[in-house]
Amino acid sequence: MEDKRSVLRVENVTMQFGGVVAVDNLSMEVFEHEIVALIGPNGAGKTTAFNAITGVYEPTNGAIYFNDNLVIENHPQGKMKKNYAGRNMGKYEKIIVKTPDQLTRLGMARTFQNIRLWKTMTVFENVLTAKHLRRTSNYFTAMFHLNAREEEKMRQDTLDLLKLVELDDVKDELATSLPYGKQRKLEIARALATNPSLLLLDEPAAGMNPQETVELAQFIHDVREKFNITILLIEHHMNLVMDISDRIYVIDFGKEIAEGTPAEIQSNQKVIDAYLGVSEDE
Amino acid sequence: MNIMPYVIRGLATGGQFALVAIGYTMVYGILKLINFAHGDMFMVSGIMLIYMAGSTGAMPIFASIIIMVILTVILGYLIEKCAYAPLRTAPRMSSMISAIGVSYLLQNLVSYITGGLSKQYPEIPGLSTSVRFLGVKDKLSVFVSPVVAIVLMVVLVLVINHTKFGMSMRAVSKDFETSQLMGIKINRVISITFAIGAFLAAVGSLLYFSKNTGINHLAGSTPGIKAFIAAVVGGIGSIPGAVVGALIIGLVESLAKAFGLADFSDVISFALLIIILVFKPTGIFGEKVIDKV
Amino acid sequence: MKILTKKSMCNLALVIVLLIVLVCIELFAPATSMWFSVLRKVFTFSLAAVSMNLLNGFTGLFSLGQAGFMLLGAYTYAVLTIPTDLRHTVFRNYGDSIFNFQLPLVIALICAGIVAAFFAYLIGLPVLRLKSDYLAIATLGFAEIARGLVQLQQFGPVTNGPDPINNFTAPKNILVYAAIAGVCILIIIMLIDSTYGRAFKAIRDDEIAAEAMGINLAHHKRLSFVTSSFFCGIAGAMLAMCNTSVSSVSFTSSMTYQILLVVVIGGIGSVSGSLIAAFIYYASSEWWLKFLDLETFTAAGTKIPLLGPGFRMVVFSVLIMIIVLFFRSGIMGTREIDVYGFFCKLAGKGKAKKAQEGGAN
Repeated sequence: MEDKRSVLRVENVTMQFGGVVAVDNLSMEVFEHEIVALIGPNGAGKTTAFNAITGVYEPTNGAIYFNDNLVIENHPQGKMKKNYAGRNMGKYEKIIVKTPDQLTRLGMARTFQNIRLWKTMTVFENVLTAKHLRRTSNYFTAMFHLNAREEEKMRQDTLDLLKLVELDDVKDELATSLPYGKQRKLEIARALATNPSLLLLDEPAAGMNPQETVELAQFIHDVREKFNITILLIEHHMNLVMDISDRIYVIDFGKEIAEGTPAEIQSNQKVIDAYLGVSEDE
Repeated sequence: MNIMPYVIRGLATGGQFALVAIGYTMVYGILKLINFAHGDMFMVSGIMLIYMAGSTGAMPIFASIIIMVILTVILGYLIEKCAYAPLRTAPRMSSMISAIGVSYLLQNLVSYITGGLSKQYPEIPGLSTSVRFLGVKDKLSVFVSPVVAIVLMVVLVLVINHTKFGMSMRAVSKDFETSQLMGIKINRVISITFAIGAFLAAVGSLLYFSKNTGINHLAGSTPGIKAFIAAVVGGIGSIPGAVVGALIIGLVESLAKAFGLADFSDVISFALLIIILVFKPTGIFGEKVIDKV
Repeated sequence: MKILTKKSMCNLALVIVLLIVLVCIELFAPATSMWFSVLRKVFTFSLAAVSMNLLNGFTGLFSLGQAGFMLLGAYTYAVLTIPTDLRHTVFRNYGDSIFNFQLPLVIALICAGIVAAFFAYLIGLPVLRLKSDYLAIATLGFAEIARGLVQLQQFGPVTNGPDPINNFTAPKNILVYAAIAGVCILIIIMLIDSTYGRAFKAIRDDEIAAEAMGINLAHHKRLSFVTSSFFCGIAGAMLAMCNTSVSSVSFTSSMTYQILLVVVIGGIGSVSGSLIAAFIYYASSEWWLKFLDLETFTAAGTKIPLLGPGFRMVVFSVLIMIIVLFFRSGIMGTREIDVYGFFCKLAGKGKAKKAQEGGAN
């Protein structure tokens, strides 16, 4: 593993809301071309960790490196200093928190647990709009349509992308009129349109039936191959996670309790106690 | 310069604004709707009293006041039923636009009835008499206003925090659907909220207009907008906030006059509004809103 | 692609037909015709409504500062286009105007837009962070502050204090108004159709998703706000031309509400809807429904009860309430005029139409 390039490195991240510690000193690393899953029982802090990585929340403490560049760093401030329960207090001096849009521009794209497509737009427009951040034209050239070549390229790229993910047959349908599984797929396609090097999927299989889940597993695999990217996902669906992940991090009550390949995780007693043993059907 | 008269008049105007501001704040708390028609309801209640007991009417003043209050409450109820209830599931912008429409309608209706002219407000025995207090001589209504506002605020806060109805009101303001599932008749709660707001506007109009000479169809817009600023400054949705905000606005405007900035008084209150919004977007007593992803 | 060109050709044809009608009105209508004053108003408020729609309908920012930006535009335009020899009579209460030149119409118009846009930029920095209702309140507050400040004696040499400004360049020809509004609205349409326009719509539909897809919210909201205010300023200048006099009393919040109602009647998020609504609104309020104000009006020899001064506005507000309550999406919803589609439907080409609607909705 060590010879691979690190795409995302999370160092001692703690997220604290008042006295509640949602994520406790979490460290993890994702290497190039990997599919890594972050799992844990309900309320374990997965989504919070996700939101800290994508810049939605400011972490109370910790640092996050993306492609070996420091993108987020914070240490307890003000009121939090008193409440802070982590161990590395005082280690970090400055705050750097890139906003979600800046992180996306650096190449980190995400999907949402409860689908957030742009609902008045068609499938095509949803993907096309996500290409906006890679524009080279400025406001005025765009306003007066002096960027026709770029516009044409954006549209062509969008079409190509939709063909790759097999959504080109519904490209003129309203995004929200699609069946659930396709909406999930479209959200992934929209994230891919931003040309990411790391794709973050927040419970991609939530609300899917077994058939759709099997297809999704295949789809995620294909996406990694076709777009040559790294994927980090949060998921409840054990079959899916065990099926597609290279490595798995398990957290419970905000703390990491295990890390390893699917086989290692399945036989890890701590994990079974915390999670698999309790809710087999999840 | 003696600043006392300005302080007292400021508190008085503040008290009158407060009664209107509570109406804004209660409706916002429950429906998340800025009831633009509230200031016009205030004006309509003044006009109603004029037509019953003023120069054009011949009814005894106390009977007219009671009827006026009842009619204003009915008006508040009707506005909610006709203009806001049908839009309950619509986007928030729609109900705000509907509120603007109602405000427009009330103003135009009154302008049609009065011919757009200013009408003389009747003398109200007691309220219009001059008294001397703390070395300041003014109409009784001036001294009574802040007291009435604070008493009514305390009563309302007690009702909201300690009665069953108050509990259902708080529940509805948090979550419509869950409240409904818990067996709360949300439409009834909303109607009563509007009725209370209308009642306070009627009382406020009595205090406010008794010190003014004439009122016309636009008389509601200035106190309406000031009360509204007060509600936002205090933290819209919070009743004590509305009263505190109104007293602040009243004082600030009155003191502006004291220091010869009368021309600036409107500008100052709006500037205060924007400053508060920028530094504490939900007002002094407002709750912080957290976005969920 | 072929359908697209056919569609735009048909729309172009519609514009040309309307233009010919306009020229005919300008040339052949009697000088006393209501068409002139109504159409001047219609073009002015069409632009105001479309620029409000850019912000409220396409970017989802509920701003109520339109009257303020129009006021800035109107004052800028008026102050800059008074002939130099008339300046001292206009500003007689304040000695003289501090500007001693007269700019040509087009440059003054652009200045009007730039001044409005500049102030929008300044207040946009703090205010655009606010959410829906609070943004509406803050912008409403800004408009009132602008109105209050302009009236101050201290600004007399610039704004003529509370006294109205007049004697500035005010063309009467409706084609001038049509040209100004036409060019501005065309630019707005092109903007909405560009990649930035799509980003605005993304912000309207889902802010969090837009940010996650790399759209810088603060930057794009400000762009939309400043652009909308720029065109609002120009609309203000047009209003100044219409009224041939500028006074702060006319730029009240009720003017903003009027523009908002036009946007709502036309359909929030539809440019052509705003245009149609502006026409219907101002033609009926200034002309077609005028008879309601006349007590002496008779129909078929009988006097109609209730008619009298102010009745028109009552009827009008009732109509508005009916639209707001029962026809919530307005005339056009979020669609745009589509002449080609309309003829397809007439000709019974159901299939072609259906395929198109999928894209348009």
